Amino acid sequence: MNKADVIVVGAGHNGLTSAAFLAKAGLKVLVLEKNPWIGGAAVSRSLHKDWIYSNCSYVCSLLRPEIFRELELGKHGLHVVPYGGGVTFTRDGDILGNYVDEEVKRREIMRYSARDGDAYLRYSRDVMRQCRLVRSLLMRTPPDPTSWRWRDLTEMRHIGREFAALGPAVLADTIRFHTMSIADYLNEYFESDVVKANLAGSGIIGTALGVQSPGTAYVLLHHYMGDVDGQMGAWGFARGGMGAVSQALASALTSFGGTIKVDAPVAQIVVRGGRVRGVALDNGDEYSAPVVISGLDPKRTFLGLLASGDLDPAIAKRARDFKIRGSSGKLNIALDGLPTFPALGKNNPLAAGDMHFLDSLERYERAYDDWKRGMWSRDPYLDLLIPSLTDPTMAPPGKHFMSVFVQYVPVKVKGQDWTDADREAFKKTVFQQISRYSPDFESLVLHAEVRTPRELEAEVGLTEGNIFQGELTFDQLLFNRPFPGFAQYRGPVKGMYMCGSGTHPGGGVMAAPGANAAREVLLDLKRGNTVPNGWSDD
Amino acid sequence: MRTPREHFRLVVKYTPFHSRTVAANELNLWHRWRDYSVADAYFDVSLEYTALRNTCAVFDISPMTKHRITGPDALAFMNRLVTRDVAKIKPGRVGYAVWCDEQGQVVDDGTIFHLSPGVYRLCSQERQLDWLHTARLGFDVTVVEETEDVAALSLQGPTSCATLCALGLTGIETLTPFGMRTFAFGEAELLVSRTGFTGDLGYELWIDPAHAEALWDALFEAGNLYGIRPLGTHALDIARIEAGYIQAGVDFLPADHAIRADRTRSPFELDLAWLVDFSKPHFTGRRALLAEQSRGSRYRLVRLDVAGNKPATDAYVYDAKRRVVGTVTSAVWSPMSKASIALASVAMPHGAVGTPLWAEIYYQKELKWNRTNVECTVLAGPSYDPPRRKVTPAPMR
Amino acid sequence: MTKRIIIVGAGHNGLVCAAYLARAGREVLVLEANAQVGGAAVTRTFAPGYQVPAVAHLLYGFDPAIERELQLRQHGFTDAKSRVLTVALNPDGAPLVHDGREVVSGLSHAEDRQAFTDFMHKMRRLAALLKRQHGRTPPQLTWASWRDAWPLVRLALQMRLLGRADMRELLRMITMPMHDVLEESFAGDLLKGALAVDAVLGTKLGPRSGNTVLNFLHRYTGASAPRVPVGGMGAVSESLASAARAAGVQIRLGARVAAINIESGRATGVTLASGEVIAASTVVSGADPKTTFERLVGLQYLEAELARRIHHMRCEGTAAKLHVALRALPQFKGVDAALVGERLLIAPSALYVDEAFNPAKYGEYSTDPIVEISIPSIADPTLAPAGHHVLSAIVQYAPAHLNGGWEAQRAAFEARVLAVLERYAPGFGSHIVATELLTPADLETQFGLRGGHWHHGELTLDQYLTLRPVPGLGHYATPVQALYLCGAGCHPGGGVMGRAGRNAARVVLQGGVS
Repeated sequence: MNKADVIVVGAGHNGLTSAAFLAKAGLKVLVLEKNPWIGGAAVSRSLHKDWIYSNCSYVCSLLRPEIFRELELGKHGLHVVPYGGGVTFTRDGDILGNYVDEEVKRREIMRYSARDGDAYLRYSRDVMRQCRLVRSLLMRTPPDPTSWRWRDLTEMRHIGREFAALGPAVLADTIRFHTMSIADYLNEYFESDVVKANLAGSGIIGTALGVQSPGTAYVLLHHYMGDVDGQMGAWGFARGGMGAVSQALASALTSFGGTIKVDAPVAQIVVRGGRVRGVALDNGDEYSAPVVISGLDPKRTFLGLLASGDLDPAIAKRARDFKIRGSSGKLNIALDGLPTFPALGKNNPLAAGDMHFLDSLERYERAYDDWKRGMWSRDPYLDLLIPSLTDPTMAPPGKHFMSVFVQYVPVKVKGQDWTDADREAFKKTVFQQISRYSPDFESLVLHAEVRTPRELEAEVGLTEGNIFQGELTFDQLLFNRPFPGFAQYRGPVKGMYMCGSGTHPGGGVMAAPGANAAREVLLDLKRGNTVPNGWSDD
Repeated sequence: MRTPREHFRLVVKYTPFHSRTVAANELNLWHRWRDYSVADAYFDVSLEYTALRNTCAVFDISPMTKHRITGPDALAFMNRLVTRDVAKIKPGRVGYAVWCDEQGQVVDDGTIFHLSPGVYRLCSQERQLDWLHTARLGFDVTVVEETEDVAALSLQGPTSCATLCALGLTGIETLTPFGMRTFAFGEAELLVSRTGFTGDLGYELWIDPAHAEALWDALFEAGNLYGIRPLGTHALDIARIEAGYIQAGVDFLPADHAIRADRTRSPFELDLAWLVDFSKPHFTGRRALLAEQSRGSRYRLVRLDVAGNKPATDAYVYDAKRRVVGTVTSAVWSPMSKASIALASVAMPHGAVGTPLWAEIYYQKELKWNRTNVECTVLAGPSYDPPRRKVTPAPMR
Repeated sequence: MTKRIIIVGAGHNGLVCAAYLARAGREVLVLEANAQVGGAAVTRTFAPGYQVPAVAHLLYGFDPAIERELQLRQHGFTDAKSRVLTVALNPDGAPLVHDGREVVSGLSHAEDRQAFTDFMHKMRRLAALLKRQHGRTPPQLTWASWRDAWPLVRLALQMRLLGRADMRELLRMITMPMHDVLEESFAGDLLKGALAVDAVLGTKLGPRSGNTVLNFLHRYTGASAPRVPVGGMGAVSESLASAARAAGVQIRLGARVAAINIESGRATGVTLASGEVIAASTVVSGADPKTTFERLVGLQYLEAELARRIHHMRCEGTAAKLHVALRALPQFKGVDAALVGERLLIAPSALYVDEAFNPAKYGEYSTDPIVEISIPSIADPTLAPAGHHVLSAIVQYAPAHLNGGWEAQRAAFEARVLAVLERYAPGFGSHIVATELLTPADLETQFGLRGGHWHHGELTLDQYLTLRPVPGLGHYATPVQALYLCGAGCHPGGGVMGRAGRNAARVVLQGGVS
């Protein structure tokens, strides 16, 4: 009864993806989830009557279409709805709109700087080049550059060829792109601060870096390389909230014969004789399986699931040093009606997209300075969306659901744990910023869920509330993710694997880590591969 | 404070001639050219084309991207920008030019108007402001976009000169090809250049947008006896392929748009070697083009006469051994030469004049798709090049 | 036609390049705008009777091969002090002292002792790999042929030869911020502060900025501890000039180059500020890349995109220099008299360094700056009147592009720095005879350093190795025929090392093209 071929710890989207591909390969798969619901950070929760909140992740673009198709997620009920628009409000009462149409977007930028309008075309081209390069690596296991194994060498050769094909000029751009700060990178294209601010947000979302920190240009890519129906860089909502992604994955999993058990918090991976034997739950129940895959973040996986005796102290140190810094919070708000944004006017389709309120790079950087000093930003970066404008299932007609991602928010407030009073003050900061651009906003609030890193960690189990399960800096990317020597989804014990966002290619509701991990497990078990290869962009 | 947002009530802009083109557009067929809406066709593509080759026709070129370049270093700037020697374009003259990136790949092509000593207008299809600002570093020049500030019509065809004479442009027949001259038009100044994109006798008329509608009206009144017709993009396309002219985004990918490697082309690869002047010590792309000259080009642009009567649209091009050596970039049935003609990009060393190539054409008749392999002849020059294009004084019909 | 090679600027790299070219039999003329050789490595009088190293004041990585090959010892180059200790001043007690290999005294956390030794050992191993690249022209980023690809393949093999553990560490750490590495490695604030300084000095980066580990490694590519030459940094330059002259180099002082002349895409000589034109078969510029191309050559002679890259090259200096003439040796809190002549640091924690950095991001100076102090008159009494001393301090952060400009604020900034010094050395103010503050703006006007940047350009991965100073100029040769670069703006970058000059000479002799 308590035996399986594979146990997956955590029913987040990557755990479910791994499980689904393994079940599809004919293995008996059991997914154990600590919460009474599944989905990890891809959930739809009804926390206010008649409302559905995507209370963690809130948009869907990175989800690999190869996986969507292979697992037939459409059949299992997932509908990704693209949305357009988005706007940066300026302090002088104007806006910079992110029109979907590239020509119109250019003209909008030209209102701020004529040459920036045209520079935007060059910028898009250069970013797209980098997107293509990185996308080609998403559905692959990173090679170990220090290894002499045939597989690593051929994979290195493959990557070498991808880079060589760029030619020296683009290769130089590539190195520059991946090591520069988003601020320096944008300065090479644009002169208008508003234009730069409009683009800079993508470079810092989810990280504990400022716009002037080298390495942020790569983070930008993480928010550009997704696509909806081949439209690169487009974003969408999962109809019914992000939980729809998890439900579809779960449905696919069960259709292949897999099992999910909720309310089953795993206490430890059971290791005997130098290999994995199964897991033990908090209540002492044991489940045995020769393969255990952890969807938890690297810190929880290495330092929580493994008994300290089963772990080399040097590896434990790596896990402790792994950078998983909480820097963001989230407000989920039920609204009695649509708030008005005077600068937008009525019925402006731009309102369907992400709204931002920082109109200069300096405001971004100062927001980061607050975080460095252990405070939430007094003038924070908000990524505000009203999904109910696009998805009618989120709120009753005429009412709205507003999702407000907030950065920067520290894990501890000036070194102390968050208190309820802190949380209230934090909420007030966010409300104030929104109210400055939408005077009637506060009067429409029916309910607001305020999530700081504390809540994110407690509920979802993301250490420090880091949405990517670990910083997306080069020292923790590719063959360095989560840390050198463990980038191929295998844990330090035979039979143990990792499939969370803490592995390559990282966070976001992408499902690629889960799929890649499944491929490695199948390879070790000498089973036929069920995981699709990445699609070519050519 | 910023300019008002009303701007964006119009997602697609109208040209200064819109009230007239809309009235003339019996078919209500439009497409977008950058920010503007322009006519695909007005009443019938083949009749519009016929007007162009038989009488005269008017095409609205207002959406052309236009920049004005002034300042002490204007000539030096232009010379570093483009591959040809701009010093040879005297005031009052126009020159066709291409400009390249540092890899020697074509960014765009266009025309340079030497409006008055040291004052240039650069007309191009693609947007260039960013590129020109890059190229501007180190020069004492001012670059201002004037796309919206200048309305323009292209009047092309055998009776175009007669029409302009009837419009009162005395002496216009003495204007040589690539020359320009200004005339009074009411209170406005009308600039006329003997240029075009049809390979025929023709002129381009440049005026303040406030007088655009009046110009259109006057032109059609003057051309009434000379068979003047409006010309849509589809008919123009036939003419430009007959003339062998390349178009950005169709026959070559502008270098500053290319995401993938190896998608761009150098001037040599577009049969524009005559525009590259290595006697100039500096211009962007010079080093790369010199290297290409000694190493050899990768591709060649060829003008093809395709056997049979099927346009070779999107066809693969094969050599005699049935290996794919290139693709057709533009193809059309030429009414003037009664031949299927095409422009194609083929890998070197294929495509020398006189050598045979083959095109694989897919076409359908009543929803049935057919495939045919036909022989193509590489032509030495354009399919259609009437003497009237170059004659001065210009013929009247 | 002349065979003369003109070197623009008698900075240390220009002199090294000149000496090597002359030793290869070339006719070399060095043109220097100032009245003395040395560029940023000079000793000069700032108050009557008081001399200091005007910019750089400690010697880290001077290439021993150059020292040997140019026989600098015979040209007067000697160490006054060979292993300078680092003394991290403690506002509340005894300072921490280390020699670059081991902590000598003052540890707050015992576990840091071994950690420091191991850490520095590891960093030296990784730095050795970078150092191995210093003597070479950077690899090309092309696989067109094995010949082209070989330098890159060799670099990959060298990385492999580090062994698995070190290679992994290099690939992990190379982009990292020093702060994160310090957090992984140490417990004591004073130690972390001192090491953070090594990672940020001379840059517009804070300890939490990526690329600071790279800067730290770059510093330790030289020696684990700096040294002080007899006669100050100027003596290094004087010995180089002497070696160069001995090899036949002609050096003209007070000859400011106003323009590098270009004809038909080829450098043909220079025009001096006086109007004098000097012809040359080859021109090698020791000036920084922005000065070279924007002011001396003119961007119009370059490809448009290359001009853009140079335009965007980052070289905003944040380090100011404060010179103080003292009538007595100052007493630093908790510092033994024996240690006053070492390298004293005011940076009590990494957090302090970060807070000092924050204002620089917004064009403001640090109210509590980091300070690196050297009192060269202890080792070399000739620098000041008997019994008197000179203090040379690098003060950071003082951004070149200060909001409101430096003129209005230099007095306030100097007062701030003196107040900080007073805090660490009570009574300091009463010893002051004279002061001189050189802001980055002054460094630009007096030493021709664009943006007042000590390294001729930020040392970050996007401006490193082949990409230094910018892509397309990474091999000393330039697209302008017969024009070469030899300054710190080139690989391997800043610091008084001389390697850029030596590499450039090799490329010039090979007739390299970009």
